[in-house]
Amino acid sequence: MNYGIVSQEQLEQIDVVLSEKLIKLGVDCVIIIDMAGNIITVKDNRENKYDVYSFAALAAGNFATVDAMAKLVGEQEFSLLFHKGQDSNIHFSKIDDDLLLISMFGKEISLGFLRLNVVEVIDQIRKIWDKK
Amino acid sequence: MSFINLREKVVQVKVVYYGPGRCGKTTNLEFINRTYRKQIHSEMVSLKTHGDRTLFFDFLPFDMGKIKGYDIKIQLYTVPGQVKYNATRKLVLRGVDGIVFVADAMEKQREKNIRSLNQLHENLQSYKESIFKIPLVMQYNKFDLTEHGIPVLPLSVLEKDLNSRLQVPYFKASAITGYNVAATLKKIISSTVISIQKKLL
Ligand SMILES: Nc1nc2c(ncn2[C@@H]2O[C@H](COP(=O)(O)OP(=O)(O)O)[C@@H](O)[C@H]2O)c(=O)[nH]1
Ligand SMILES: [Mg+2]
Repeated sequence: MNYGIVSQEQLEQIDVVLSEKLIKLGVDCVIIIDMAGNIITVKDNRENKYDVYSFAALAAGNFATVDAMAKLVGEQEFSLLFHKGQDSNIHFSKIDDDLLLISMFGKEISLGFLRLNVVEVIDQIRKIWDKK
Repeated sequence: MSFINLREKVVQVKVVYYGPGRCGKTTNLEFINRTYRKQIHSEMVSLKTHGDRTLFFDFLPFDMGKIKGYDIKIQLYTVPGQVKYNATRKLVLRGVDGIVFVADAMEKQREKNIRSLNQLHENLQSYKESIFKIPLVMQYNKFDLTEHGIPVLPLSVLEKDLNSRLQVPYFKASAITGYNVAATLKKIISSTVISIQKKLL
């Protein structure tokens, strides 16, 4: 898959999915990055101002590290990647071999509920992607 | 690989400073971070050990301004140089668009430079990239040491050891004084952007 250039139309469709399915539920910020640490798109509730470029670099590194650890212990992958804080939480989900979906959310949302929605979102993003 | 956002007209380019341990990769980024504050809109991220050695990478985003209406965002990374960290070095190389190979010009580091360059070659192959094709600049660092009477390899030896087959642009430099740090950066950015520009046409 060549994800190097994504069409404007595809990005807009993806943004709609992220807004409708995650931001509207109360997720603070959703970022799609590639494994090189590039940002594909960012959606937030306009309250959060994260340094998204540094965040993407660290997130890609973090994901790659955990993935390499999984391989070392003979796992295909660790399917759940989740960091829990006092006020905010971060959830990582693989879209495919190149792309990662990262959701940042607060106490109001349960992990189970988030995961359910993330699964749906990823399904829709894959469909948008495949249209190329 | 670079990521091009056609909607927001942003191009993200990944440049990695690679080289043996303690050759001066982090020092290059620190100099850039101090010198180009206006073009850098966030803090430099350094993942390091207590002993100040790079554990995973340093990261510094750098705004180049516009080319053909596109905002060019250069993401500078360093790799950890210590021999034992090859697994993490490889992770940092994922999706790389351009590389600065920083060699340590100190005489006693001669072998280490060669070994590190060979490993770069292998690591790129594991991503189906070629050291002969990817934009690459050589930096022969620590030339200031000659002034302190510390033996430094002659340029001809460094060129023969590291650049006789690659034939890429090279600079004598001193990351600590800043000599040719900007020149190295400008060169790798222009080589990388030229190779990416073809995609923007
Ligand atoms: N004399 C001299 N020392 C340098 C130069 N560049 C880096 N160093 C020193 O070499 C050591 C290792 O540098 P560092 O940037 O951490 O190396 P890295 O492992 O490649 O990131 C530090 O003590 C630096 O101060 C240089 O151009 N000249
Ligand atoms: Mg370092």
